Amino acid sequence: MSHDTQIKKEPSNLSSKQFRTDSPLIDQIPGRKRQILRESPESELKMEEFLLNVGPQHPSTHGVLRLVVALEGEVIKRCDPDLGYLHRTFEKISESRSYQQIVPFTDRMDYLGSMNANWGVAVAVEKLAKIEVPERAEYLRVIVSELNRIASHLMWMGAFGADIGAVTAFLYGFRERELILDMFEEICGSRLTYGYIRVGGVAEDITPKFDKLVREFLDILPAKLEDYHNLITGNPIFLERTRGVGAITLEEAISYGVTGPMLKACGMPWDLRKEEPYSVYPKFDFDIPVYYNGDCFDRFRVRMDEMVESAKIVIQALDGLPEGDYKVKKLARNIKPPVGDVYVRQEAPRGEYGVYMESDGSTKPNRVKYRTPSFSNLSILPLMTVGWKIADLVAILGSVDIVLGDVDR
Amino acid sequence: MEILLFGIIGVVVLFSVIALNALILVYMERKVSAWMQSRLGPNRVGPFGLFQTTADIVKLILKENIRNDQSDKVIYFLAPILAFVAPFAAFVTVPIANTIGIRDLDMGAVYIFALGSSVIFSIIWAGYGSNSRYALIGAMRSAAQMVSYEVPMITAVLGVFLIAGSLSMREIVTMQANQTWFIVYQPLGFILFLIAGTAEANRAPFDLPEAESELVAGFHTEYTGLKFAFFFLGEYAAMLVSCCLIVLLFLGGWLVPFVDNSIIPAWIHITVFMIKVYLMIFLMMWFRWTFPRMRVDHLMGFGWKVLLPLAFINLVATGAVVLILK
Repeated sequence: MSHDTQIKKEPSNLSSKQFRTDSPLIDQIPGRKRQILRESPESELKMEEFLLNVGPQHPSTHGVLRLVVALEGEVIKRCDPDLGYLHRTFEKISESRSYQQIVPFTDRMDYLGSMNANWGVAVAVEKLAKIEVPERAEYLRVIVSELNRIASHLMWMGAFGADIGAVTAFLYGFRERELILDMFEEICGSRLTYGYIRVGGVAEDITPKFDKLVREFLDILPAKLEDYHNLITGNPIFLERTRGVGAITLEEAISYGVTGPMLKACGMPWDLRKEEPYSVYPKFDFDIPVYYNGDCFDRFRVRMDEMVESAKIVIQALDGLPEGDYKVKKLARNIKPPVGDVYVRQEAPRGEYGVYMESDGSTKPNRVKYRTPSFSNLSILPLMTVGWKIADLVAILGSVDIVLGDVDR
Repeated sequence: MEILLFGIIGVVVLFSVIALNALILVYMERKVSAWMQSRLGPNRVGPFGLFQTTADIVKLILKENIRNDQSDKVIYFLAPILAFVAPFAAFVTVPIANTIGIRDLDMGAVYIFALGSSVIFSIIWAGYGSNSRYALIGAMRSAAQMVSYEVPMITAVLGVFLIAGSLSMREIVTMQANQTWFIVYQPLGFILFLIAGTAEANRAPFDLPEAESELVAGFHTEYTGLKFAFFFLGEYAAMLVSCCLIVLLFLGGWLVPFVDNSIIPAWIHITVFMIKVYLMIFLMMWFRWTFPRMRVDHLMGFGWKVLLPLAFINLVATGAVVLILK
């Protein structure tokens, strides 16, 4: 089974427990360092590592990530991520709720790509319980998840700009994301945690106003992207800050289980929408952007290009939207899938999002495991940052595009 | 006695003018950034949010002063004072019209540069004294940054002194009245000085000592209340000094272009001077809200490998031309 290998891909040596006990850095908290100094009186002029505690509250750790960084001057010697500040036991709590009730939890995991997070769980339950979803629902799922991808990348672009000091880009990214949030508000009432994609279809059918909003947005998007390229991409300071910075090879990326735009930036056109086509993706014509340097700049370019490709998919799906139901007509209130397990993986904005679900025949799943892209992508951070400056740490961390809710779950 | 009285009046006038300007600048920065980022900016306190900065300062004054337990007391308290006093004192020799200025020194330019550089001390003191790692990195960067841009800055401006044959601000402007604005003779020097002046005022893209996204607030991470307000106002005062220098040295100071300036009343000169200064300030704000921040090693490479050779070329070329024309 492919899912077995998939789960093993996550580097097991990065569990947070191990970090707490084995990490040499976290043991050396500043208070203890004085004792070490006192023990060796001859070391008056000894060079020592400068330990910097970045986070959990820090302007650019994108949430509550804590990094313990060993510095020599400005150069990073080591970097230890310390996770778990946003751990909300979503996997465990999913095991004590009925199948439909799991969906809203996933909103809170990857809160910038909620549509995709909903979708994975919905498909897992549908596969377990063998529910056939109407085609119109599949189209709507594709439309909203691609729009969500655009929103997520816009937000990422802004946050990355702010990370390297271009604060204006931040506001620009938010400005266009706002339009997408308006669309989502129109169809499901929410702007952040949608719960729109549900088991058996979607929550509501789209309205003519949604259709109009989407088309208007897709009309202005190319011009806006052009603006961003003029503002950011052509800027020499931006190029100096990102080109070659935090570069990883394809082998390293694969061995750490890195997926999504980070993997595409390393030269591998790995995208589950093409590799393992799900839903109605085979019907659409789109490309997978690939760049080959694996650095921050290429990650930026991949995401900028992905927005264009997503826009292509959305317009094709909107034009070819079939008539019919938007959800399964009669769905049991308490789904009881037959005994068995399933692993569903999809291409979320941040990379490969997997849901493993095991049913024991009751109304609640026996085991739920989420394979979230942010966690796997973050695992390569210690490798990427060594040898770079403290200013690059922020740029590299930004280029990973983590959502801490997605990392800690 | 007379000198003392003159001094006191001068200090009071200078302080109110600079404090007022700093308040206006903070408001302007927020409005300009809002305009560039398609936001509204402050609009609640007073008409068009004009009193927002005043309200902020009052809030900062009322705030509790928190001091890091293991901080170096003396240095910690002196740093914000110097941060504001140094640019403030530099204004003594800045003339805003032909006859209006606190005092015109023969060595005016040297005096301003010396005080401008001493702002760095306040940053290093703040970083060292507050016993915080982020602050220390900010201070370290600031020291490295100073040596890399101060040298090209002075070298770039030497061309102006060569042409003017004087270090007095008033005489430099008078020379520009007799000939033409020095930006015409010294375009390269102007660009170099603009870049270095932005760095001098610690403004983005050279705001490395306080790089928000990396160092939280850099050297003033541990400062609260009034002491923070001093750093804040000091930064804007420093920007004001930088822009005044640029206007005086390159853009003809208070001179109105294409007109015989001897018949123009002083209030027009003052207005023209302020307009020029505020245009330069707007330019600096434009930089800040457009460019990403430079990395510290790139900045030093830029300072030593690009700015300094260009400044030397400019200096040698200017010197040769001045010598030939003599």
